[in-house]
Amino acid sequence: MQVIKETLTGPIFKNNPIALQILGVCSALAVTSSMKVTLVMCVALTVVTAFSGMFISSIRAHIPSSIRIIVQMVIIASLVIVVDQFLKAYAFGISKQLSVFVGLIITNCIVMGRAEAFAMKNPPMASFVDGVGNGIGYSVVLISVAFVREVLGSGKLMGFDVLPLVTDGGWYVPNGLLLLPPSAFFLIGGFIWVLRSVRKDQVEVTEFKLASHAAVREGA
Amino acid sequence: MEALLSLFVRAIFIENMALAFFLGMCTFLAISKKVQAAIGLGIAVTVVLTITVPVNNLIYHYLLADGALAWAGLPDMDLSFLGLLSYIGVIAAIVQIMEMFLDKFMPALYNALGVFLPLITVNCAILGAALFMVERDYGFAESVVFGLGSGLGWALAVIALAGIREKLKYSDVPEGLQGLGITFITAGLMAMGFMAFGGIDI
Repeated sequence: MQVIKETLTGPIFKNNPIALQILGVCSALAVTSSMKVTLVMCVALTVVTAFSGMFISSIRAHIPSSIRIIVQMVIIASLVIVVDQFLKAYAFGISKQLSVFVGLIITNCIVMGRAEAFAMKNPPMASFVDGVGNGIGYSVVLISVAFVREVLGSGKLMGFDVLPLVTDGGWYVPNGLLLLPPSAFFLIGGFIWVLRSVRKDQVEVTEFKLASHAAVREGA
Repeated sequence: MEALLSLFVRAIFIENMALAFFLGMCTFLAISKKVQAAIGLGIAVTVVLTITVPVNNLIYHYLLADGALAWAGLPDMDLSFLGLLSYIGVIAAIVQIMEMFLDKFMPALYNALGVFLPLITVNCAILGAALFMVERDYGFAESVVFGLGSGLGWALAVIALAGIREKLKYSDVPEGLQGLGITFITAGLMAMGFMAFGGIDI
């Protein structure tokens, strides 16, 4: 039980897929300009990661290692097709907004990375839990980025007005930069900075370091 | 002709795969520590994109699109839901073939690209380009130009970032930002730079 809990909560802060393992960054940046779209993306990714982990793990003993990437790809791609068709049927508007990014879950490194690193070595239930945990770790970063971008960028949250805009007679002047692509880079950079200030063990070792300043001599 | 040129410029600068759509970010951040490696990866991505986008274009138009199987006597067939699976299969196969081809005929290039080739299969820029091609309904000529242009744009971005990071390692970065954090911020500033191309329309 303890192991399952560790597998589930580990990826959220201690071993976050985006901040520490640099996996799955593409979609993290691209879909976060509105909260609703982000939530759908998070659920889609978590479902695909969890189930692909479970399926790959249950046939792991039968996959020849030379073609394992292709086998994993086929399983992941089939799951993504199911998710994609589901979204097209029940949430067409959001599926249009996500455009190619649902399809890109196939090449999302989180899914491949967990399949390769965890599901190939562990039993199905553990892989499923690991997939859910990593999906949640990914969602935490995405949701916090989307929150900042939508509230400060357009004064709304999930489509409801939070900060009344100047154009509608309110007081808030929206910051247009936050709706543009570059802002996502800055926000994730900041998120990593905060996370690593709290957890010092995640700081990367630098190749070069400035020598500390030599003591200033009297009268120099 | 003019339309193709405009598409080419747009694919490289304005709709840059890496900096405007964030595609191929994982490799973009992971392999940009050294300029030499970034150049190798950039060339590999460009070559693979130039081949796979047109091939996927043919597959989509002659096999998968709604009514595309009319030549086989099946005018009501719509296989477009199989798209994702076919594109990724084609990409994986072409990367594999290219690897074997280079190994046999151009060993020098093969050794230079070696480690990057298998990585390319899971590079989202490649699959992303195929999906954009379908979504925007490009013809065959357009797809060739789009593949080449977006490949060059991605290569340009990754080489530029590697250049900046090589200089950056001598600077005094705050502790928590070191490594990945500062790379994100650098990439953000580069993306803002590339947005300056936004108004260009040929």
